[in-house]
Amino acid sequence: MVMMKDNGEEFPKKLQLYSFSTSPPSFSVRIALNLKGLDYEYKAVNLFKGEQHRPEFLKINPIGFIPALMDGDMVLADSFAIILYLEEKYPQHPLLPCDLAKRAINYQAANFVCSSIQPLIRLPILKYIGDNVGLEEKVPWVHKHVGKGFTALEKLLKDHAGKYATGDEIFLADVLLAPYIVGYLQRYNFDMSEYPLLSRLAEAYKQVPAIQDAMPEKQPDFPIN
Amino acid sequence: MTTSSGQEESKKLQLYSYYRSSCSFRVRIALNLKGLDYEYKAVNLLKGEQHSPEFVKVNPIGYVPALVDGDILVSDSFAIVMYLEEKYPQHPLLPRDLEKRAINYQAANIVSASIQPLQNLDVLKYIEEKVGPDAKIPWVQKHIGKGFAALEKLLQNHAGKYATGDDVFLADVFLAPQIHGSIHRFNLDMKPFPLLSRLHEAYMQLPAFQDALPENQPDFPAT
Repeated sequence: MVMMKDNGEEFPKKLQLYSFSTSPPSFSVRIALNLKGLDYEYKAVNLFKGEQHRPEFLKINPIGFIPALMDGDMVLADSFAIILYLEEKYPQHPLLPCDLAKRAINYQAANFVCSSIQPLIRLPILKYIGDNVGLEEKVPWVHKHVGKGFTALEKLLKDHAGKYATGDEIFLADVLLAPYIVGYLQRYNFDMSEYPLLSRLAEAYKQVPAIQDAMPEKQPDFPIN
Repeated sequence: MTTSSGQEESKKLQLYSYYRSSCSFRVRIALNLKGLDYEYKAVNLLKGEQHSPEFVKVNPIGYVPALVDGDILVSDSFAIVMYLEEKYPQHPLLPRDLEKRAINYQAANIVSASIQPLQNLDVLKYIEEKVGPDAKIPWVQKHIGKGFAALEKLLQNHAGKYATGDDVFLADVFLAPQIHGSIHRFNLDMKPFPLLSRLHEAYMQLPAFQDALPENQPDFPAT
């Protein structure tokens, strides 16, 4: 729903998401916002052009990290922190189950992605590898670290997965995992055939409207070329 | 607790830990803060014991730290700390206020996602071998430095005696091992980080942190 002022202008939306279309952590936050039915203003920050270092962005978020969420006066960065904040503040469509053990599985899966995979395949890290070890080393590096993380996820989830990662509903694990397996890794020729559970989850995720709407190619800043 | 035969009942909680691992250190602090008794099970990461058949049988994923609580196994320090928080609510590790909770999540994740993964053993070994032995320290100092600069900014309007106020919370559980390790393992110059330096001094006064220090663990190498 769009709120209009008397002069016909829109009221600023309460939630603003600073995001880059193709960045998996930004994608995760968009999924969470969509699942919870939260309207937000999309504020594009081009990581390739270093826009996260520009004064305009640093004024809003001195830490300079993307994604960042603005909710009224509050600015929060880090996708995992943002998603947990959204979960606590906007409890509709819970992203965590009630059962303690199942919650623990979700926290583990989410953190395997956030701490074991994403930090090592971020663009600045790949640039360092390319510059200091060799351009041909970037893809093997990605394969190694994604492979380790995916192997761990296959083992973690095998006794818990249903239609989605930890049962028949979409939870935190799905929100963090989906961006990596619905297309991001194709650029690195990553072979998903060794990961049958994750491959099956990818197909399920592609059917979910909240995930479809969050896809990079649907964002205002998706590069046309 | 002893049974009638005089043997100790096995403690309900078991922590698979390496004395020097900052991720293990986080969990030890959380257990101590909550007053939870546990059995320490040493896994030597330098010797690759996380790949041993005995450990893989307990934790097929092979990650350390790992917590066993009866039938439940939890890997990953963040997941373990959240599990402990939810199951054993004494000495809460998160404040009630939503925004303060969010600051705690963000600080913990700056450590666990932006800093620690770049300094783990595998990554450092790769840098040393593929870039050069002289590359390791600049690499570590760069990533710690960036993370610490972010933390100084994040916490400046929130810190009290500890990171997010006058009580010890999740942010402190993650910060304390990171700061300690940066000083003792990597000789980081802490002068650019006055808030984190002050927090380090405060943490070192706390029994829950002291008892969790690497040098106080059963697998700390005797010299």
